[in-house]
Amino acid sequence: MKELTPQRLAELKQIASRVRAHVVISVHKAGGGHIGGPLSCADMLVALYFHILNIDPTRPDWEDRDRFILSKGHSAIGLYSVLAERGYFPVDELMTFDAINSRLQGHPDMTKTPGVDMSSGSLGQGLSPAIGMALGARFLNKSFRTYVILGDGESQEGQIWEAAFVAERYGLDNLTAVLDYNGLQQFGWHQTGQHMLPPIEQPARKWEAFGWNTIEVDGHDMNQFVKAVEQAQKVHGKPTIIIAHTVKGKGVSFMEDQYEWHAKVPSDQDLAAALAELGQTQLAPASLQGA
Amino acid sequence: MTNPKAQRIAFGETLVELIDQNPRVLVLDGDLANSTRADIVAEQRPDHFFEMGIAEQNMMGVAAGLASVGFIPFISTFAAFSCKRDLDQIRLVVAQPCLHVIVTGGYSGLQTAKTGKTHQAVEDISVFRAMPNMTVVAPADGVEVRAAMYALVNDQHGPAYLRLTRDPYTNIFDENYEFKIGKAVTLREGDDIALIGTGEESIRCLEAAGLLARQGIQANVLHVPTLKPLDEQAIIGAARRTGKVVTAEDHTIIGGLGGAVAEVLGENYPTQMKRIGMRDVYGESAANAPLMEKYGLTPSHIAAAALELLK
Repeated sequence: MKELTPQRLAELKQIASRVRAHVVISVHKAGGGHIGGPLSCADMLVALYFHILNIDPTRPDWEDRDRFILSKGHSAIGLYSVLAERGYFPVDELMTFDAINSRLQGHPDMTKTPGVDMSSGSLGQGLSPAIGMALGARFLNKSFRTYVILGDGESQEGQIWEAAFVAERYGLDNLTAVLDYNGLQQFGWHQTGQHMLPPIEQPARKWEAFGWNTIEVDGHDMNQFVKAVEQAQKVHGKPTIIIAHTVKGKGVSFMEDQYEWHAKVPSDQDLAAALAELGQTQLAPASLQGA
Repeated sequence: MTNPKAQRIAFGETLVELIDQNPRVLVLDGDLANSTRADIVAEQRPDHFFEMGIAEQNMMGVAAGLASVGFIPFISTFAAFSCKRDLDQIRLVVAQPCLHVIVTGGYSGLQTAKTGKTHQAVEDISVFRAMPNMTVVAPADGVEVRAAMYALVNDQHGPAYLRLTRDPYTNIFDENYEFKIGKAVTLREGDDIALIGTGEESIRCLEAAGLLARQGIQANVLHVPTLKPLDEQAIIGAARRTGKVVTAEDHTIIGGLGGAVAEVLGENYPTQMKRIGMRDVYGESAANAPLMEKYGLTPSHIAAAALELLK
């Protein structure tokens, strides 16, 4: 992996701001879709697709490419925005998100979208195919690596822990999972006390107990995140999970840490305010001028 | 006719042949290899055998990941688990993306070594028929198991469900048998009534035809090893020729072979029918013979249904 220079970091941050703007604009245009989750993993998706993954957007089916699975598939629009910025398809196509005949489905579809390595969206399922890819790489003696972003909400699914067990058993050090630990889920346990209980408590302890190497980072600090991935690449004999502390709705103050913004459509005013905060008013759709 | 080989033995032995022919063929096992006989691979081609433990949901996802990077994984588990325990996984990462994973269901139907309702899959055909992209195959004997496995690896590139039985019954095919995905096979010619079966129950249809012949009734026996895509022309042809149809399966009549034949004939050539199979009930634990007797799946039951229709 190349060094992440301060200049390059500044560029990646700019890209992440544009990605956040695409997310908010696309959900506004579609009149539906998820918003808080895509914003919480946006920085990590940008770091992966612009700095970490060994990929070629002109050859999405290149067999030696690194693999990526967005297990928390409802954050699809975040992935699509990054893929568009990376050149897998035109940025304008984001305006077809969720519409009939679109290649950009509400949840990722590997048969439709260039650059999507595995379908996802029914929760808790992404880590298992990632194990298959990592086992396949080992069997073929290939050096490609497999990455998967998990949600903290979907960590309640039993399949995640079936997969955690098997990945340890096969010592898959070519597999890196990332937990987008934003602390919120669609509804959750907010009604039971003064504060919201997170979807999963003490994830590092749990993953360590399953035999994984764990690294905790600020998921919005791309420097920390890239360093953690570099560290994971040096570990032998066991898989790594990067527990990324994030903020749901990150980047738009009135969406941050609000579970209601899990899947809520921004009004014209919300969109204008969000784009202003993100410093991306130039991306505002024509329909919004004067709103 | 050779000594009958259990379908599961044919399964294990053919896997080794297929691995030797194509090194991308792998086996994932849900801790049942010494029952499904995938242990033959574990022993003879250990590099191609991956134990996944008692965790079917993860196993199916791992299979999808392997298929996405070019492998052809076979799943080794019981039909009762492969059609229910990991169904959402099959739908999301195998069937809809059309990946080349061959889901096998060992110990299908009632005959599961006295394990009872938990281990008896009598709705697996219905479940997988309802899933777009899935090919569904239920061979009659060990010879056909081998032929079907070659076809599922070499003649198609999408997901498939292969329904297998545990115990040896009778062999009706020999080495010259040619299996084609989507093609039904006429086992016996006759004009008086059509007996349409799938899996091992087709052999009982043949035996029922023998019983009917003693009474001067010539039954046409059609074996339908591929439940999907269904050989509609062969089914319509059998109905047209005889005017009366009995279907038989070690499976529920709802959505299985009986349901499928009724759908085809209802739309194309309405024909009087009777369906032999599980009648919306769960099974229980017992030896094979009393189970087949109690739930009405024997050749005598098939013949009786035919006589009823011919009244």
